[in-house]
Amino acid sequence: MVDSKMVLTGQTIAYTIYCIVIILLVAWFAWRVTHEGNGKGVKPAIFYTFVGFLTVLGVSLHLITLNTIPWTKVDLNRSEYNPDKTFTITVKDHQFILPAEKLIINVNDLVLFDVKSEDLTYGFGLFRKDKTMLFQMQVVPGHRNDVLWRFDRPGIYSIRSTEYSGPKGSRMVIEDAVEVVSGNGAN
Amino acid sequence: MNFSKTLINGEEGLFKPETLTPMQKLTLRFVVVGLIYFGFVVIEGMLMRLYEVKPLPFITEPQFFAILTAHPLVGIFGSTYSIVCGAFLFLVPYLMKKPLWSIKMGNWTFILIAAGTFIFWFAGFVSHYSPLYTLYWPLPADFSQFSVWGGTFFILGIAIVMAGTALFIINIFKTITYTPEGWERQRTGALLSSALGVTGFNNLFRKNKKEHLVPLPVAAVARGSVDMALNTMTILFTGVLILVYMIGAILGFDLKETAIDALLYKNWFWWGLDLIADGLVLIFVAGTWYLLAMLITGKPLFMQNIARAALLVELVVSWTVWSHHLLSDQAQPSILKVLSGEMVTAFELITQGLAFFITLATLWSARPLKMTNPLKFLLGGLLGFALAVPAGIMQADVGLNRILHNTQWVVGPHVHVAVLVGLTMTLYSAIYILFPILTNGAKVYSQKLVNIHFWCHLTGGIGMGAFMGMAGLNGMLRRTIYVDGEFNTTMILAALSGTLIFIGFIAFFFNIVMSVGLKGVLGIFMPARSRTKNLLPG
Repeated sequence: MVDSKMVLTGQTIAYTIYCIVIILLVAWFAWRVTHEGNGKGVKPAIFYTFVGFLTVLGVSLHLITLNTIPWTKVDLNRSEYNPDKTFTITVKDHQFILPAEKLIINVNDLVLFDVKSEDLTYGFGLFRKDKTMLFQMQVVPGHRNDVLWRFDRPGIYSIRSTEYSGPKGSRMVIEDAVEVVSGNGAN
Repeated sequence: MNFSKTLINGEEGLFKPETLTPMQKLTLRFVVVGLIYFGFVVIEGMLMRLYEVKPLPFITEPQFFAILTAHPLVGIFGSTYSIVCGAFLFLVPYLMKKPLWSIKMGNWTFILIAAGTFIFWFAGFVSHYSPLYTLYWPLPADFSQFSVWGGTFFILGIAIVMAGTALFIINIFKTITYTPEGWERQRTGALLSSALGVTGFNNLFRKNKKEHLVPLPVAAVARGSVDMALNTMTILFTGVLILVYMIGAILGFDLKETAIDALLYKNWFWWGLDLIADGLVLIFVAGTWYLLAMLITGKPLFMQNIARAALLVELVVSWTVWSHHLLSDQAQPSILKVLSGEMVTAFELITQGLAFFITLATLWSARPLKMTNPLKFLLGGLLGFALAVPAGIMQADVGLNRILHNTQWVVGPHVHVAVLVGLTMTLYSAIYILFPILTNGAKVYSQKLVNIHFWCHLTGGIGMGAFMGMAGLNGMLRRTIYVDGEFNTTMILAALSGTLIFIGFIAFFFNIVMSVGLKGVLGIFMPARSRTKNLLPG
């Protein structure tokens, strides 16, 4: 299944190719514009084709991600899904207050993280052991902050605040706070 | 001429500050102060780059975040606003072929922006007030973390900058619309319509098209100034709100923070802030590209009417894109996330893409061109936005934002490449093209130093953005200190790239000082001998 690592790998490849192409294009332009030329202008047809290309590109990016990134539709329609498990977490005084029981999840469970702030705006993110991000959301005081996530493989994740909340915010990390296990280990 | 003589008198002693008009002096003062503040930003940036590799023993954590708070604000207001205001206060009357409406008001803009920036920077330096430029409620009023007095002076400094900005906006619109003494009466309404794009819009439905009374770059300045005005009001309102809490705390009253809705505040604040990032910056930059392309080629702009229309579209787009900053806020309505956050934001790809194409097409029509300093920096600026805008469009996607928000990706390939490579290189191009006009024919000291500056800045800016981006894709957050060297490989490479920018800036600054001489720099700040309202002598 497509996970955040795979999505970012795809993005890295696409953006790197784009960067190389645009750098070469500007370099080619810089060379050509300073060398012999007939002073003829650019045909309007080329301009309008470019406008059409940009329009298609701008719209298609979101259509592609909507249909290929598995969490996008779930995220936009969270109320239509029934989570297999819900974790309620509170944040206060730069501390995450987790449920008393350890956060253990079965593979393929759809889990709702419902996070409440009692003072500042924080962030809530899950990170893999290699420090890469699984997902994150903002935690705004006075509002519901919930994210629905399907865990499709075993793993151990840290919780980290992903929003600046003052100098103490950098230390808002709980290592190995969430464990995803295969089978029915979480029951 | 030997080195010490050149250092004192400038290259070949050509720069004579006593010959400058008050307008030339005013513009040069803006540029000098803008460059000094850019120096602040480069040094702060380098300190933070090094800190991200290994925390520096002489900088505490609260100090690091105070630097992080001041860094973008000094960059935007102290440096960019200074250079942009100085350039436009000169260029708008220059292109309209009439004097600036009020030089006195221009001087006040200069004083207020320079002084306001110093006040908020100094307040942050002394008190470590560090709620960041985002000021997410109730952080700016969290006096358990921050000094209330430090915060009061910090916000006061920002308010002073905004007052200077307001004077700039008034001066620009008055200059466009007023009738100078002894002139035939100007049609204020028609000039304003042309500047704001109403004439161009109506022309779409008219058989007999009305002529544009205002040159295209002036139209860009006017439309960007609309965003500047709205942004000034938003920041001033927000500043007053925060000041109310601060003054309350100073007087011993603890005002209830929860009286303000944090999400509504966030929407309001980003709406206002995006008028800079996605509004006036893009509009001013597009207008500057067009002007530079016309000045470099001596030819009219390619697809001029489309360019005017695109500037108007950009203005409207800038009022409706703010939700892309709230794609990770789960309480934000989905309709706003999709329409404002994704769809309208994607329009920036089109409007900025059009500006990119039109500028290149105008240059192309005048082949062969000489690779002058303005041309090479203009191409660098175009490349910067060509790299940074698509990076921004990617993160303005509901799916991708879930794994990119607040990572180094946002601030690297998008923000730093847009600002350092795109915006700053465009400004350098404008500085190089205006340099002989503003200095009455002074010569640049060393072309070698110009080339060192160009390549160091370009490769350093792109390199820094790229390595920050790689760290972000590997999970490194922005505004976060990592003490165990988790991202050291990319952070060391980003720091080395930052060093290149630093070297480039030193080369540029030294070159400019050697070009005008120390006497010349001081002379810029002495009162002008002539009282003429003309832009240029003679």
